[in-house]
Amino acid sequence: MYGGGYIQEEKQEATSPIDDSQKLAEFEARIDRGEKIEPHDWMPADYRKQLIRMIEQHAHSEVIGALPEGTWITRAPGFRRKLALIAKVQDEIGHAHLLYSAAETLGKSREQMINDLLTGKSKYSNVFNYPAKTWADVTVIGFLIDAGAIVNQVANSKGSYGPYCRALERICYEESFHLKQGHDAFITLATGTKAQHDMLQDALNRWWKPIMHFHGPPDKISEHTAKLMRWKVKMATNDDMRNQFLDMYVPKILEIGITIPDPNLKKNEATGQWEFSDPDWDEFKRVINGDGPCNAERLAVRQYVEEHGKWVRTAMMNPNQKVVIPFA
Amino acid sequence: MEAIKNLLFRMADDELIYGHRMSEWTGMGPIMEEDIAYSSMAQDKIGHALANYSILEKEFQTAIPDKLAFFRKENELMNSQLVELSNHEYDFSLVRHFLFDHADFIRYEMLSTSSFVPLAQLSKKIKGELKYHVLHADTWLTRLGNATEESHARMQSALNELWNYALGIFEPSDYEAQLIAEKIFDGEKVLQRKWMEKISPIIEKANLKIPSSSTPVYGGRKGYHTDQLQPLLTEMAEVISSEAEGTEW
Repeated sequence: MYGGGYIQEEKQEATSPIDDSQKLAEFEARIDRGEKIEPHDWMPADYRKQLIRMIEQHAHSEVIGALPEGTWITRAPGFRRKLALIAKVQDEIGHAHLLYSAAETLGKSREQMINDLLTGKSKYSNVFNYPAKTWADVTVIGFLIDAGAIVNQVANSKGSYGPYCRALERICYEESFHLKQGHDAFITLATGTKAQHDMLQDALNRWWKPIMHFHGPPDKISEHTAKLMRWKVKMATNDDMRNQFLDMYVPKILEIGITIPDPNLKKNEATGQWEFSDPDWDEFKRVINGDGPCNAERLAVRQYVEEHGKWVRTAMMNPNQKVVIPFA
Repeated sequence: MEAIKNLLFRMADDELIYGHRMSEWTGMGPIMEEDIAYSSMAQDKIGHALANYSILEKEFQTAIPDKLAFFRKENELMNSQLVELSNHEYDFSLVRHFLFDHADFIRYEMLSTSSFVPLAQLSKKIKGELKYHVLHADTWLTRLGNATEESHARMQSALNELWNYALGIFEPSDYEAQLIAEKIFDGEKVLQRKWMEKISPIIEKANLKIPSSSTPVYGGRKGYHTDQLQPLLTEMAEVISSEAEGTEW
């Protein structure tokens, strides 16, 4: 999905290693020419560090993002929705798999990354710290969170790091199907019975704030990262992505008779920018720092999975393994 | 006609309930690769249930598949009790997967020459998918049976716990003689024999032992279930039954 619209950036350390200036100039020239950087190429230490952080957080977002929707697989109404939802959540885990592999090319193992997720050292997309209370929440996530993620991922797929770009291209292709199934389920509720319509409206009311948070704090209060933009690690600003998302999806929500719970939301035709009420950036900060409605629950589930699967992983790493090839 | 319907319901209900259990592993697997594998197999199983219910609807004018799957009462379901048991840990789920999928694969293989053409056609397609389910189960059972002391003990203990339930897959129906005479299906007894022949050497290769005493757990095929089925059905129907039957979702 989900690929954290907003990726927390690492604070620049005063003591970050000084890179060879000639190599740095060559590296930047390659990026300017639109070349992709590959795992064995020289790269500045900061570039490597920021990319690991970004891809890792994206991977964690896929794993954690599978939880709120995953709990609805067993309750999905009818064969069609059930099959689509299993396939969709399976894709998300598949994306995590791809992304952990892409991050591993930069030198951090999957196990280290998962450990950092479990200890809270490494973050994931804030939006999954909110609960999916009803079936309508699943349609809001499938439609609008996936849509928000696509805006972000399409931009990042044009970045400079080869393995991440290739993973994103494949991910975006699958996400576009997720978006279709989410949109279809969303429309079905919007145009269904009164109870279905009300359930959807209630879900959107609850999700609107996290959706507005999805692409991160406004540019004026977020740390500017000119270097990351120059290195094509970050491809678009938070405000640009949010604006693009609103441009594409607000009309689709309104046209089916669902209202958006923000009386101040409107497009300024002169500037081309959407204007909206403050979506409470303090809440955003609180939630990202662990104090959201589901932070503890999400990590507890992953810790349960980690502990209960440990014997399997230990067994798989047994050096005395007798059988190693499938009976094809 | 009743004979075929009964056979189709047994198969469809097995696939539906088992697919539900497998889908519960989505997001919860011991490693990501297994998470993905179980989600994939769950889709296949639920797809197989849908295909069997669709034959019932098309050939025997029953209700539509969504109604058959989501609105029947517990005692109307004809799945074996094996598939309704809660997932427990990965060991339990894996051994059940091994025991069930071998039976399932052989069943569809036998049915691919059935005189009932719609089922024969479907079986040819399904057995191609089940080949991979069986391959997956065999690979993991053999690895974990031979890996660490703990993994071996877990596999053996799950096998002991599940064995009698697995024998319940082959609970004969009231229509065995008719199915055999009309060359629709060679019957549960033949299926069980082929299953034993197939799984015995793999269990041996996994360094495991088939429990010496065995009493099949019957009842599932006649609508008698464990207390683990009703909560599953309630959960499955939670959303769809919140509105009038036939509402689009």
